[in-house]
Amino acid sequence: MTITDLPQPNPGRARLLGTATLLVVAAGSAAGLFLVPADALQGEVQRLLYVHVPAAWLAMLSFFVVFVMSVLYLIQRDPKWDLLAVSAAEIGIVFTALALVLGSLWGKPTWGVWWTWDPRLTTTAIMLMIYVGYLVVRSFADDPEKRARWSAIIGIIGFVDVPIVYLSVLWWRTLHQPPSSPRSMAGEFVYVLLLNVAAFTLLYVYLMLRRYRLAVAERHVEELRLTRDDGRIT
Amino acid sequence: MKSSLALRTWAILWKDLLIELRTKQSFSAMVFFAALVLFLFGFAIGPDTATLSRLGGGLLWIAIAFTGMLSLGRTFQSEEVAGGLDGLRMYPGEIRAIYLGKLLANFSMLVVLEVVLVPVASVLLQLEPWGRFPLFVGITLLGTFGFSVIGTFYASLTQHLRARELMLPLLLFPALVPVFLGAVNGTTLALAGDPLDRIGGWIRLLISFDIIFFVVCVWIYPLVLEE
Repeated sequence: MTITDLPQPNPGRARLLGTATLLVVAAGSAAGLFLVPADALQGEVQRLLYVHVPAAWLAMLSFFVVFVMSVLYLIQRDPKWDLLAVSAAEIGIVFTALALVLGSLWGKPTWGVWWTWDPRLTTTAIMLMIYVGYLVVRSFADDPEKRARWSAIIGIIGFVDVPIVYLSVLWWRTLHQPPSSPRSMAGEFVYVLLLNVAAFTLLYVYLMLRRYRLAVAERHVEELRLTRDDGRIT
Repeated sequence: MKSSLALRTWAILWKDLLIELRTKQSFSAMVFFAALVLFLFGFAIGPDTATLSRLGGGLLWIAIAFTGMLSLGRTFQSEEVAGGLDGLRMYPGEIRAIYLGKLLANFSMLVVLEVVLVPVASVLLQLEPWGRFPLFVGITLLGTFGFSVIGTFYASLTQHLRARELMLPLLLFPALVPVFLGAVNGTTLALAGDPLDRIGGWIRLLISFDIIFFVVCVWIYPLVLEE
């Protein structure tokens, strides 16, 4: 399989999706900032929830996509699955870090500390390290086929590991905050939260299209460099 | 040819142990390194014996994990001389035997290390593992097996990477969080007594982790070695 027949997203449609994403994200942010009243107990800082929860959702979604793409790559050996997996991993890392930072910003005024060994918080940090390892392995592997194969294996092991890490940290720290669920929140808050989740999900699809395009371009460059160096002592 | 997997596994295990037995290359260095780590804990934490023995389970496992990390890196490097790994791969039969043999070799090496390390640690850190010794041994073996399962797998995967000495711990330690938590907490409870009977949960965690990752690693190992 040559790199030149990798499927490419339609740029016009991607731009359209980008515009739609921008509008929905703006609407979600406006609703979260101005439309709903601040939380009676936590005050204004509770508004962070409208970005923190969608960011955490995207982190989970991304790593699930990494897992699926890794399995598909190992079955079909089509480079497009590998490029989609690395795109999802990078986006996942960005949103995992964002969720951690936002959680920390919320934790300082609410819990009084920047960091606490809460199971979800700790698991998120470990998850970040697992997928940073995934990306670093890629940067240290020179052969594109081996890089794809090895990182797909790490993507699968990591995905199997994360729930076990969560359970183990949960047993270690039996005191934890119950997660926000629609039942623990009043109606209007839920709608704003769902709007933001939808906005972030659109953003995810848009970022995936962009990052995948870039990954294809990177592979082209790499391929050109490899063929140029063929038969030459480097 | 049904027994070929077990036979090949045994052959690789025996080969590695024989090399170690004849050269004693890494074992003595491993023992001294582990003891050195325990001394460093003493210097870092201070000579207060009550604190040291309270932290004993955790310190023991950090010493095992660091020492085990160094020996894992060597597992596949010893096959690089004169195309050793290619030779192993070309033998007929199941390729998983390479993983299983190396896994058992790593596991045995670590167990022998622990046989030496635990008495040393019990003197230096004032630990009392003898009271509930079978429980202590069981948890140590389960933790060591979990460490070896993932460790051998990632040692093989990172073998051909640049900067593999850095990559192995970077991949291995986050993946090992459940083993580490289970082993440290189980060991601490076995050492200090377990009035609330919480040790069962940690043992179950270790057993589940060992089984899940043993199955996953054995299953996908042929993909690691593919050419």
